[in-house]
Amino acid sequence: MTELVATTPGLFPLPDWAKSDLADLKGRQKADLISGSESNAVVSTYERARAEVVDEQVDADLDRIVEGQLRWDDMLAHPLTVHDGVETDGIARYYDNNNFYRSPRVVGELARSGDVAAELRAASAVIDDAAPLQAVLPGPYSLADLATDAHYGDDREFLSAIADFLAGEVEAFPEHETLFLLEPSLVESPPDDDVADAVPEAISTVAEATDAEVVVHTYFGALGEKTHAHLMDAAVDALGVDLVADDREQTVYNAVEYGITDDVALGVADGQNTLIESAETLRERVEWFTDQVPMTDFETVYVSSNTELFYLPVNRYREKLAALAAAADLEREVSV
Amino acid sequence: MVRNPSNREQFRPADHDAEHFLLTTVVGSYPKPTWLTRTKTLAEDPESSLDERALAEAQDDAARVITHEHERAGLDTVVDGEMRRDEMVEHFAQRIRGYEFNGPVKVWGHNYYDKPSVVSEVEYDDPWLLEEFEFTAGVASRPVKVPITGPYTLARWAFNEAYDSDAALAYDLADLVNEEVHRLVDAGARYVQLDEPALATTPEEHAIVGECLERIVDGVPDEVRICLHVCYGDYSKLYPAINDFPIDEFDVELCNDGYQQIDVFRDPEFEPDLALGVVDVHDAEVESVPEIKANIEEGLKVVSPDRLSVSPDCGVKLLPREVAYRKLSNMVTAAREIESELDAGEIETAAPNAD
Repeated sequence: MTELVATTPGLFPLPDWAKSDLADLKGRQKADLISGSESNAVVSTYERARAEVVDEQVDADLDRIVEGQLRWDDMLAHPLTVHDGVETDGIARYYDNNNFYRSPRVVGELARSGDVAAELRAASAVIDDAAPLQAVLPGPYSLADLATDAHYGDDREFLSAIADFLAGEVEAFPEHETLFLLEPSLVESPPDDDVADAVPEAISTVAEATDAEVVVHTYFGALGEKTHAHLMDAAVDALGVDLVADDREQTVYNAVEYGITDDVALGVADGQNTLIESAETLRERVEWFTDQVPMTDFETVYVSSNTELFYLPVNRYREKLAALAAAADLEREVSV
Repeated sequence: MVRNPSNREQFRPADHDAEHFLLTTVVGSYPKPTWLTRTKTLAEDPESSLDERALAEAQDDAARVITHEHERAGLDTVVDGEMRRDEMVEHFAQRIRGYEFNGPVKVWGHNYYDKPSVVSEVEYDDPWLLEEFEFTAGVASRPVKVPITGPYTLARWAFNEAYDSDAALAYDLADLVNEEVHRLVDAGARYVQLDEPALATTPEEHAIVGECLERIVDGVPDEVRICLHVCYGDYSKLYPAINDFPIDEFDVELCNDGYQQIDVFRDPEFEPDLALGVVDVHDAEVESVPEIKANIEEGLKVVSPDRLSVSPDCGVKLLPREVAYRKLSNMVTAAREIESELDAGEIETAAPNAD
């Protein structure tokens, strides 16, 4: 029996009122972005916005609730851009999108910061047992890829330091059911041979810091064969894949050829298009994958969007949540 | 292949003193007067007594003022500074059937734009720019250039719900741009610039833009000058492919990095005219006339003087208005001084003459 779990990779759009309130409170320039020491007015605005997106997920009947990562002005680079041992350089393009983030430059030891743990504690208090909490972090490879190193001096050492830093952050998290580690860089700029075998090790370091189910979620296309094969060595419960991207046949090939985890996250709703897929379409996409990988009897399938959802206007993001929840509910706990 | 770059002579002012002629122009946008921005805010506020008619009047006034400001700076071809446009995709998406708006999306930090969705086949409805052009041409004493957001950018910077590919959407949009260009030409427009900033981020898709341009210029007379503007990016991925585009002029943003890429365009030989950015639009420091002259000479490494136009790197709307004006004014002074020095044989040009 396969259990379908409706969830998302987080990083939601701010509610429209919060977009303008925060622009007014913080400003629109580079120097005005989140630093980790916000004014009370900014903190309370984010609290209101966080409560709103938690309620939306509960109302949509998602099976996992994320904090929403509304403070992450720099998207997946956030855990570093608010860190004391990090300086921010110019504005850099966020993958192949018309979005930009402050590029973090690591200039000192990456000690624990507790920034994300504080967000999750606040979210837990709002959720109040309505549904299990899902934590979200960048995976170590993507975080290292989005940053530059001016301290460690060696790619493998830097990756390992980032993994230790993330593991320290996870240890401070409140109770959570699931941890999504987002690893788009494994697709967009795959590791070269020098660091490829260090990637599963780094991911395992983060995963072993929690008792929760850990999903390493990849998107912006299919993984290369080598990267996929290496990932099978990581100590995680589930691999997440992008079934919206045009090269999804490659994802099926990878799973058949190199195997896949017993649990899997399937990015079936397009996080970068306002077109709302019906629940039936999303379920067909789930089955399109599971039917072609017959040797694995999936225990849990996370039904998700492929990417973060901040690319969307708020009305469409809400509709995506509803579609995902409905897709997982179509035939609850029935073999797919 | 290139169209008919010799159509530039029609823009030489009757009172132009020098034998040489460097066509001075702008990319399009200009800082909006504070009162226009304020009027727009009030017109959108239901509690304010200012209404849409007051806004339209303010836009007319602003277009008149900025067109004349361009003329005062000495430009050979002018624009109204895009006073009626808010954002380069939104302005067109609001006028093309098939688009809908769902709300703002993030670009970075707390900067957002109303990224539209294409929800059905795109169709031409009312003209997009005809009134803007007719008004500007009516108040201008110099020829008016018309900037149009290109179909590739209109496709890539929208959510595509309706087409199998962004390319298919871009081709349909290109047919609509063709229709718009024909109307503008019928109304007297002789200088049209297609803006394709999206190509700067995905230069490997230049063939799609090439096909779009073929559709856009279909049936457009040779005397109409067609310019393509592509913002800063890795131009080596576009060159020499742009030599095959059906354009008269290619406008580039090279000043902001000190012309590091200028040699990209020297081999093989550059075929359209070159419109070179000679003042930086991201730096509020006004370049001196000698600095700008040195920048213009970078262009002479690529094309002969009779094939060189000069413009700011990109739209200047993010600069303080006074700074924008002084940059344009210095740019024209620099161009006129270069022309005199060329006439006097004081400047050697590396590029071959078109004749």
